[in-house]
Amino acid sequence: MDVVTTETEPRTLDASEPRLAPPKSFWERNEHALLGALAMTIFLLFWEAAVAFEWVNALFTSSPSRIVTTGHGMFADGSIWPHLKVSGYEFAVGFGMAIVTGVPLGILMGWYGRLNAILDPFVSALYATPRIALLPLIMIWFGIGLESKIAIVFLGAVFPILVNTITGVRTINADFVKVARSFGASDRQLFMTVALPSSVPLLLSGLRLGLGHALIGIVVGEMYGATHGIGHLIAVSGARFQTDAVMVGIIIIASTGVAMTELLRLIEKRFECWRPTVGG
Amino acid sequence: MEAPRQAKLELRSVSLEHVNERTRQILPVLQDVDLKVYEGELVCLVGPSGCGKTTLLNAVDGLMPLAGGTILVNKRAINGPGPDRAMVFQADSLFPWRTVVQNVMYGLELQGKLPQQKIRERACALIQLVGLAGFADHYPHELSGGMRQRVNIARALVMEPQLLLLDEPFAALDAQTREFMQVELLKILQRARTTALFVTHQIGEAVFLSTRVVVLSARPARIKEIIDVNLPPTRTLAMKHQPEFLKMERRIWRLIEEEAEKTGMLTVA
Repeated sequence: MDVVTTETEPRTLDASEPRLAPPKSFWERNEHALLGALAMTIFLLFWEAAVAFEWVNALFTSSPSRIVTTGHGMFADGSIWPHLKVSGYEFAVGFGMAIVTGVPLGILMGWYGRLNAILDPFVSALYATPRIALLPLIMIWFGIGLESKIAIVFLGAVFPILVNTITGVRTINADFVKVARSFGASDRQLFMTVALPSSVPLLLSGLRLGLGHALIGIVVGEMYGATHGIGHLIAVSGARFQTDAVMVGIIIIASTGVAMTELLRLIEKRFECWRPTVGG
Repeated sequence: MEAPRQAKLELRSVSLEHVNERTRQILPVLQDVDLKVYEGELVCLVGPSGCGKTTLLNAVDGLMPLAGGTILVNKRAINGPGPDRAMVFQADSLFPWRTVVQNVMYGLELQGKLPQQKIRERACALIQLVGLAGFADHYPHELSGGMRQRVNIARALVMEPQLLLLDEPFAALDAQTREFMQVELLKILQRARTTALFVTHQIGEAVFLSTRVVVLSARPARIKEIIDVNLPPTRTLAMKHQPEFLKMERRIWRLIEEEAEKTGMLTVA
């Protein structure tokens, strides 16, 4: 009862010897980045011109050249370093602790339904609360020193990380689970080979969200009862109408955010070379 | 007469049920099905949509509990998934984060019996067998639908199963690719010498591939009829136009039509 077919030699579809289309031009490759840079340049020039021609008062708006001068001065005389050191420390410790607790706990809560059922009410409640509202309580508990700032950074970052990790582990494609089971996967193997790899994208976007909240935590935390830090710099300079210094602080926070987000995007790329690219 | 043949798969009055999570209603899906699939056979299951073909296949794979009866593979009753069976799933069930070769290695890696190097060698041999040499390090999204299904078949065959289960493997393919893949599948199975149980809703596909076609009734499904496909063992696409082939196709279609009428899926003019 064998089904016999005429041809028995395996035919192969060949992927070797690729032919190359002509390379894209510099503009084609970088169009979006160039457009962005161009728009930013025009904006800065317009801003500078608005101050130079006295359409607006520099006391309120500052200007790119004044920001650069002030920033340069703060780095040159070293007055910026204590602020950077304090904020950097708070951010590193707070965000680091958020990752170290949020990711493992999220994985556990995603994998064990009962643990999730127990902890979910707390997580949901705190996730929905603006953590900034907790600041007075935190200052009562941790004082006005570094600890309270670290705590607020931690609280800001940990919940987005936690919630995204839980969702990532819980929403595994049912087909993939079926495949794993069909090949005889144990619970542990199902977790290692299906749940973990498929939760990576959501986990990383959780880190990105958490990053934003951590930066908010720094700025707001340092506005109350701090002696140093970028948030403190912004608050104090604002109170003294030193718009240029406020802007320097804002730019430092913003560029930290952008740099960290880019870093995470690179990590994401490394983990997701398997994902088809969308759009151009 | 041939020598008495080995039954690779035997279903003894198998019944299956489905519980609706919301209403808690127990729905009989399959009732008292007896079936033997012999070594080297390719048996197709057809039946009206929703009659429980895929459910039966899942049960044979050990992915769902039986409500009654026994399933024997090589005369041993099954209890959960086992290395003697492997499933080729519908459409896209390849892991997108694994390359072709890593996908094919998956089952053997889980078993953990062979060293990694050996597993890779076997996977590469299978990739060659399904005609994808040179694509081992591609990711699934870089392949066409037909190529992905070849990987899917390789992933199952690398386990060297006694029984290959195929759940509408070509359903998501376009009509042309589908026909070519049918021819390819026969070649691949012949090279691998594997017995297979194949679920499809396309009657032409069933007749073309099978040694026998099992027609299931509407839910709860029983075996309505088993049809021996008396086509020459060497199948070519041209056969699909021969009167013999068309006659068989029509006969099976009529059986399914009868069942569809019973469920009200098809209203009689």
